[in-house]
Amino acid sequence: MAKHTLAVLVDNSSGVLARVASLFARRAYNIDSLAVGPTEDPAISRMTIVVNVEGHALEQVIRQLDKLINVIHVSEIKPAKSTQEELVLVKVKNNPRVESIVTKFGAKIVDSSEDALIIESTNSPALNEELLDSLKQFGVIEFVQSGVVALSHGASALADQTLDIQSISTDRQADYQN
Amino acid sequence: MSNQITGAQSLVKSLEAAGVDVMFGLPGGAILPAYDPIFDSKIRHILVRHEQGAGHAAEGYAQVTGRAGVCIATSGPGATNLVTPLADAAMDSVPVVAITGQVPGPAIGTDAFQEADIRGITMPFTKHNFLVTDPREIPTAVAQAFHIATTGRPGPVLVDVAKDALQAMTEFNWPKEIKLAGYRIPGEPDAQSIADAAALIAESKKPVFYVGGGVIKSNASAELKELAEKVGAPVVTTLMALGAFPDSHPQHLGMPGMHGSVSAVTALQKADLLITLGARFDDRVTGKLSSFAPKARVIHVDIDPAELGKNRSVDVPINGDLKAVIKALIPAIKQKPEMGAWWSALNKLKATYPVGYDKPADGSLAPQYVIERIGQISGSDSIYVAGVGQHQMWTSQFINYEKPRTWLNSGGAGTMGYAVPAAMGAKVGAPDTTVWAIDGDGCFQMTNQELVTCALNNIPIKVAIINNESLGMVRQWQTLFYKGRYSNTDLKSKMVPDFVKLADAMGCVGLRCEDPSDVDATIEKAMSINDQPVVIDFRVNRDSMVWPMVAAGTSNDDIMIARETAPDWDSQEL
Repeated sequence: MAKHTLAVLVDNSSGVLARVASLFARRAYNIDSLAVGPTEDPAISRMTIVVNVEGHALEQVIRQLDKLINVIHVSEIKPAKSTQEELVLVKVKNNPRVESIVTKFGAKIVDSSEDALIIESTNSPALNEELLDSLKQFGVIEFVQSGVVALSHGASALADQTLDIQSISTDRQADYQN
Repeated sequence: MSNQITGAQSLVKSLEAAGVDVMFGLPGGAILPAYDPIFDSKIRHILVRHEQGAGHAAEGYAQVTGRAGVCIATSGPGATNLVTPLADAAMDSVPVVAITGQVPGPAIGTDAFQEADIRGITMPFTKHNFLVTDPREIPTAVAQAFHIATTGRPGPVLVDVAKDALQAMTEFNWPKEIKLAGYRIPGEPDAQSIADAAALIAESKKPVFYVGGGVIKSNASAELKELAEKVGAPVVTTLMALGAFPDSHPQHLGMPGMHGSVSAVTALQKADLLITLGARFDDRVTGKLSSFAPKARVIHVDIDPAELGKNRSVDVPINGDLKAVIKALIPAIKQKPEMGAWWSALNKLKATYPVGYDKPADGSLAPQYVIERIGQISGSDSIYVAGVGQHQMWTSQFINYEKPRTWLNSGGAGTMGYAVPAAMGAKVGAPDTTVWAIDGDGCFQMTNQELVTCALNNIPIKVAIINNESLGMVRQWQTLFYKGRYSNTDLKSKMVPDFVKLADAMGCVGLRCEDPSDVDATIEKAMSINDQPVVIDFRVNRDSMVWPMVAAGTSNDDIMIARETAPDWDSQEL
C-alpha cells in the first residue's frame, strides 16, 4: 500500500462530504487524511484526500470519485512537484530544551505557561512525525493534527480543468426520454 | 402574483415538462400536497399497494420503453420502501426517478413523525439524489434528475422534497439548459482506440463477443449484429443482455456464467480475445476471477469509465456509448480473423452440451418444460419477467429471446419479488404486448399484492408461478453443499396459500396445472384472457435443479453439467 494525495474539487453544497465519505466506506478504500475548505470560487470547495492504496486501486478510487455528480475534478498531486503540508499543535511539558528543537524544525511556540508549551508546526507529515518523536522526551500532554493540504508547483490551477462544462438544452429532454 | 403557484404544482408541472406520462405511487402525509395537482394532471398515476411495487413497476416500465420510470412515495416508511427497487435499479443500470415527500424543512433532523433521511439512506445506490427545501429549486432538481437518470450509464435518481417547499408559493421556471460541472456524457470514441481494437480483432484466432446489458441500454442491437456478422466471431450474451443478439443466430453460444451454457462458458475460458461490450466482469460471469479467461486479451467498451479495468485488466479500454463505438468499429474491421479451428471446436461443444433437462422420473411436472412451453406458445414477441432463483435461471435458459427489451429480471441485486410489479410496469409501458411474469412461489409471496393494482387498472399481465413449494435455489445449494439439510426452505406452498383462490380474491383469473399433459391447454387458456390478469399455479417437481453450474467461488473450468458430472473435456479439441 502506498499513500497518494488527491485534490478533489467539489460543489460547495450540503451532503457532499457525506457522499465522498460514503463512497470510501462502501468500496473499502482507506482514507489516511482528509481536509476540506473553500476555494477562490465560493461555489466550489476543495478536498485534499490522502489515500492508502495500490496502483490499480488508485485509478479506481479516482474514477469512482469522479462518478459522483458533485465531484467536479479529481487530480493526483505528485509529491515531487508539489508542496504538501499539515498543521500540528503539540502540548508538551515546559522545558528549556524544547526551544532549540522547535527552531530546528521551523516550528514555533505559540503559547507558554508555567508548566506547558504549545508548539505549532506546519510541515510535511514526515517532518511533523519527527518533531513529535523529538518532543516525546519532554512529555507530550496532547496533540492535534489537521489533514494534509497540497498545491502543485507552477502557475497552473486545478480549477483550470473545470472550465469546460457540458451544457445540454432541456428542449432535448423529450429525446432522452425516448 | 398571477405566476405564483405552489411548490406541489411546480413539481407536477416539472414532471410533465420532463415528458412523464405515467407514474407509480402511493400518497402519505409529506407528499400529500403533490397529490392534489396530480389529481388534475395528464400524467397517469397508478396507485400501488406497496411502495416497493411502485419502484419495481418504474423499473419494468423503464426497461421495456428505455424511458425513465417514475415512482412517488411519502416520507419515512414510504420512502424506505423504495430502497430495494432503487438499489435494484442501480445494480442493473435502470433509469428510475423517485420522488419522495420529506417532513417540512424546519422539522428535518428532529426525528419528526415519518421522518427518514432518505437522501442519506439512498446515497450509496442512487446515481445522484437531491433534497429540495426551497420551492424555487424544484424544476431544476427534476430536470437534472431526468437528465442524470437517462444519460450516460442509466441509473436511479431520487428527489426528496420537503413538505413546506411543496406548500409554499413559487414561480415555475423550467430550466432552458442543464449545466452540471461534475457530470459529463462521453463524446465520440477515440479513433486510436478504435484502430487498436480492430487490430486486436484482426490478429485474434479465438475471439468472443462478451455482450452485456449495456448493448440493450444503448439500443445497439442492430449495430451489434452487423459487427458480429462482419467479424464472424461467437457471441455470448450475459443474463442482462438476453435478447441483445438473437438466440437463434448461428453465432450465438448462449449465456455465460454460473448457470451458463457449456459452450458460452468455455468459449470465454479458452478465448484469446474478449470483445467486451457493455458488460462488467461480474463474479457470476467470471467465476473465480484469477482463473477467468486466462489467455485472453481484453477490449472493453463501456460508457462508465469506472468499469474499465475495475475487475479485469484491459488491453484496449474504450469509454463511450456502445452504439457510437460499435458504429465506429464496423468500418475498421477489414477482414474476418481465421477462426476455422475455433468454430469447429465450439460447434462441437454446442452440439454435445446443449442446455437441457431431464423429465422427473415420477411423472411430475418439470419446471423447465412449463417455461419452455410458455416461451414456445407465447413466442418471441412477448415480454418475460422473472423473479430471482431457479425459475429465473430456467426462464433465461429455456425461452428464446430474439429481440432486446423482451427479458426483464433482477440481475445484479437478485431481488426476490421483482417479477409481479416489474411485469406490471412493463405492461403499462408496452400495453399491446403479452407480458408474462414467470415467478417462484417464494418470490410471488413477497409482492403479489400488486395484482390488485393490475386488476383495478386494466393491466392484464400473466403470472406463471413455478410452484416447487420451496425457496428452490437455496434448496439446490442445500442439496449440493449442505448435505441435503433443508433448513427453512420448505414453503409448503402446495398447502397454503391456495394461489388460485388468492388470484380470485385479487380480481384475477386463477388456474392450476400439475399434469404435463395439461400444460399447453392451461397456457392457451391464459393466452385467451386479455381483460384480466391471470395467475397460474404450476405445481412442479421440487427436486429439479438448474444445470449447468459453476459453484460460487470456483473456476469456470470446473463447470458441471449435472451433479458430479463434468463435460468430457478429453474428447474436446480446445
